[in-house]
Amino acid sequence: MICDDKVDCGRRRLLVATATLGGVAGVATAIPFVSTFAPSERAKSAGAPVEADISKLAPGQMMTVEWRGKPVWIIHRTPEMLDTLAKLTDKMADPKSGRPMQPGYAKNEHRSIKPEYLVAIGICTHLGCSPSEKFKTGAESGVTDDWQGGFFCPCHGSFFDLAGRVYKSMPAPDNLEIPPHVYLSDAKILIGEDTKGA
Amino acid sequence: MGATSTNKYKSDGTAAGGLLEWVDARFPFLSLWNDHLARYYAPKNFNFWYYFGSLAMLVLGLQIITGIFLTMHYKPDAALNASGIPAAFASVEYIMRDVPWGWLIRYMHSTGASFFFIVIYLHMFRGMLYGSYRKPRELIWIFGMLIYLCLMAEALLGYLLPWGQLSYWGAQVIVNMFTAIPLIGTDLALWLRGDYVVSDATLNRFFALHVVAIPLALVGLVAAHIMALHEVGSNNPDGIEIKKKKGPDGVPLDGIPFHPYYSVKDIVGIVVFLMVFAFVIFFMPEAGGYFLEFNNFYPADPLVTPSHIAPLWYFSPYYSILRANTVNFFWIDAKLWGVIFMGLGTVIFAFLPWLDRSPVKSIRYRGPLFKGALAIFVVCFITLGVLGTLPATPGLTLIAQVCSILYFAFFLLMPIYTSLDKCKAEPERVTG
Repeated sequence: MICDDKVDCGRRRLLVATATLGGVAGVATAIPFVSTFAPSERAKSAGAPVEADISKLAPGQMMTVEWRGKPVWIIHRTPEMLDTLAKLTDKMADPKSGRPMQPGYAKNEHRSIKPEYLVAIGICTHLGCSPSEKFKTGAESGVTDDWQGGFFCPCHGSFFDLAGRVYKSMPAPDNLEIPPHVYLSDAKILIGEDTKGA
Repeated sequence: MGATSTNKYKSDGTAAGGLLEWVDARFPFLSLWNDHLARYYAPKNFNFWYYFGSLAMLVLGLQIITGIFLTMHYKPDAALNASGIPAAFASVEYIMRDVPWGWLIRYMHSTGASFFFIVIYLHMFRGMLYGSYRKPRELIWIFGMLIYLCLMAEALLGYLLPWGQLSYWGAQVIVNMFTAIPLIGTDLALWLRGDYVVSDATLNRFFALHVVAIPLALVGLVAAHIMALHEVGSNNPDGIEIKKKKGPDGVPLDGIPFHPYYSVKDIVGIVVFLMVFAFVIFFMPEAGGYFLEFNNFYPADPLVTPSHIAPLWYFSPYYSILRANTVNFFWIDAKLWGVIFMGLGTVIFAFLPWLDRSPVKSIRYRGPLFKGALAIFVVCFITLGVLGTLPATPGLTLIAQVCSILYFAFFLLMPIYTSLDKCKAEPERVTG
């Protein structure tokens, strides 16, 4: 601070201190205003985790539950279906799930906690369409003769395998997102949370 | 402001004169009138390109007035009504079908949005033709750029309000662009939406920003733009300073009072503009899907994505730049590069005053390098705009990539080619 004979340094100091504190108070007041933009308690409760009962899901079948307005797929994969994953490694854009599209416990070839069950958000990572299932294999699928089963997005033509991994050179940049989830028991999955304790 | 502002109005003895004297003693009426209209001396050689500033003000006024009347009937509510239609979408249909003359007000507002961008793009192009951004008008240009950014925000926010399919999915795509930002992106997108998906919370905040916050910012910025302009004086098609040659009375020799000369000239422009505007409103308000997209006549459905999401025409050049980034560089993926280049593409105009090293301002005295570069830039901008409305194919993406590179080269190479250019000598006085 520049102080010479013409300036009352005591008053100047008081003035600067007052203005600083006033400024801090002003900025602090902005916090509640900025916070109003965050999801409200109502939105949060509507986005709360959902439970899915998988006891009746037969091998080879798929069910859909809604979580935060998005379809979440649960697929009970057969051993044959799981075998296809290793064969497709070379055709995948991100076969090892290197990009952060899943929680750490789903960062493996089958992209799930238990190999037989896949839990994935059924929204294409391109522009948010919902892909459709193409579980039939080979010529019967209507895709290609060596089709191993998976998903196809009708909007812009992206293909995904049975672990939600995207094929190379597709409009979609990423594998399907795996939501946080946890097994409450062998028959119940909680989708939207990693821990049982909530 | 100017030196003329010290004189106060003296009554001529009539009742009106007395009232004016009373007012002027208490409010700077006469000095405002003189500084901004009657004794604001503008160059006498304005041409066609100089209509668009006043037309932009006219459209701003029209948008505010039609907007006020629309809010009287519109409901920013995403909840489904008894017929299963979202209330916001239904209220727009109500304005179109049941409110007396509501269709006219709504078409004026939706057509006005597109016309705003037509006028602003031409106004900006005028600045680039005649070097209006050059010293001492850098701040006018920067205020103008801020107006342009506010206008884009205003259009984006307003586009969600009808709550149609493209409103919804357009907002979804735009908010999801923020997720490309590392670390904070996902939380930032959540904060912007106020929910895990685009929802009622998003609609309400977009409404508040569209009708209150951004218009207030726009009006303030327009005032700053004009105050800065009237401080330094207008540029002209010759790009020379009329203030350098003043008569004995201190008035620039090539200047004429804005009022009545240019106020009357602008009225001609306004009449022609309103004729075109009315033609579009009455005969082609959707403009073939460019002013109102057909998919937006379906109510928003969070579970069904339209097969082709295209932005409105005034965003399509930037949308093309976004999509043209398909390669991952340096640990940053293509999606983030796309967002970075799209953002840069919109704000890079603000740096023109410092990128341009030419000794002359106006295109009339520039050399072939600048003329060529500007022509290439215009072709690229329009090509990117057309491509942005089409679905991406590998061939079109390649064209978009070439155009994007040339778009940025126009700006980044400008210091080089403008200093190498062979310019003609500027005249002493404006050439009419």
